[in-house]
Amino acid sequence: MSNAKDVTDASFQADVLDSEKLVLVDFWAEWCGPCRAVSPILDQIASEHSDKIQLVKVNVDDNMEIAAKYQITSIPAMKLFKAGEVVKTVIGAKPKPALESDFAEWLK
Amino acid sequence: MCCIPLWAVHSARTPAKEIFQLRQTIIIGSGPAGYTAAIYAARAKLEPLLIASSVEAGGELMKTTEVENYPGFPEGIQGPDLMMAFQAQAERFGTTVVLDDVTALDLTGEVKRVTLGNGDVHEALSVIFATGSAYRKLGLEEEERLSGHGVSWCATCDGFFFRKKTIAVVGGGDSAMEEATFLTKFADKVYVIHRNENLRASKTMQDRAFENPKIEFLFNQTVERIYGDETVTGLGLRNTVDGTERTLDVSGLFVAIGADPRTHLVHGVLDINPDGTIAVEGRSSRTNRPGVFAAGDVLDPTYRQAVTAAASGTVAALDAEHYLASLPKDLLATAIGEATPDAVPA
Repeated sequence: MSNAKDVTDASFQADVLDSEKLVLVDFWAEWCGPCRAVSPILDQIASEHSDKIQLVKVNVDDNMEIAAKYQITSIPAMKLFKAGEVVKTVIGAKPKPALESDFAEWLK
Repeated sequence: MCCIPLWAVHSARTPAKEIFQLRQTIIIGSGPAGYTAAIYAARAKLEPLLIASSVEAGGELMKTTEVENYPGFPEGIQGPDLMMAFQAQAERFGTTVVLDDVTALDLTGEVKRVTLGNGDVHEALSVIFATGSAYRKLGLEEEERLSGHGVSWCATCDGFFFRKKTIAVVGGGDSAMEEATFLTKFADKVYVIHRNENLRASKTMQDRAFENPKIEFLFNQTVERIYGDETVTGLGLRNTVDGTERTLDVSGLFVAIGADPRTHLVHGVLDINPDGTIAVEGRSSRTNRPGVFAAGDVLDPTYRQAVTAAASGTVAALDAEHYLASLPKDLLATAIGEATPDAVPA
């Protein structure tokens, strides 16, 4: 189980958009196999860069408003937020080195 | 040449972290072929190491829902549940499963070397290569850009986001039928686009799709263009008979036009058939490299079923056992796992 905080439609503003830290949002669902596969990899990346980024999760089944707002049509979708704006989107489960290189600019 | 360089996703190569003790056998791949090879090899006390991949462990069946044609499950079984059961059975007899990706392979010598994404290097006297196949793409300009923005290869992952929408599936095989049928749970309308009038799909799957009032077949059509700025808004279709063109308004496109054997790790090392599958000797799993065996979709241009892949994994494990039994005893003694010459039918 991931230790990442579950963010909801109601808490998205406070937990993500108003956060002073970079926030990596993992849009996922129970029924999505690739989401389950990538989840521990995101946990690892977040724990190795805990000074830089915070990982949170949005369950799209329960939080359709936020999923719709960010036009999610494929999961896992990982969006990195900086000061309330999306600065990077990665879609689909990828191996750790690939995700690290996708987010390299913000993990430095 | 020592190693075959690998693929695109591994931009950063990590230096070798640890070199592990020599093993009898390493299995690459975690679909029905890989796990069945592992079950057989493990029961033969070879203590196999199975490299399952970091994000695709379990293979294609992890993305399917109900599997109705795997023997032994009269009520059907969910694809992911079936693969978890395969894994549990392989582990029960002593298979070690590693959730990482192979980044380089050296299959040339008597001792084969397998390098993983985390930098670990594993060595074995035999390798069973069961990497399956990868989805074929349409090869259209906008496909990559709109991938994840309306273009999808996984109905079970992405269908949810097309509630009450009109979408299309391109393809004529079992997976296209399954996806189309599954997608009607969410979508109001699903077009199935196929380039001719002959579906490859099994009769059962075809009938199910034909009977579904939400599905409409568009035969003799190919997808030429995908339209959309942020997300998919439509498709450009061409009629393969009279050449006429039309636009189809859809908000999603699911691509199910087949798959190609995943052989990028062994190009130039193993003989590959003109159809892209790994070449093996007769009905065996033996490749052109001694001690290297292939199993599952990676060698099968024709059937590509879970059960044929599983059977192929059995063949590979028995061939590997037989090969190991032919190696010098002092060499075998240095490797983890027992290989006994009289354990295997010749």
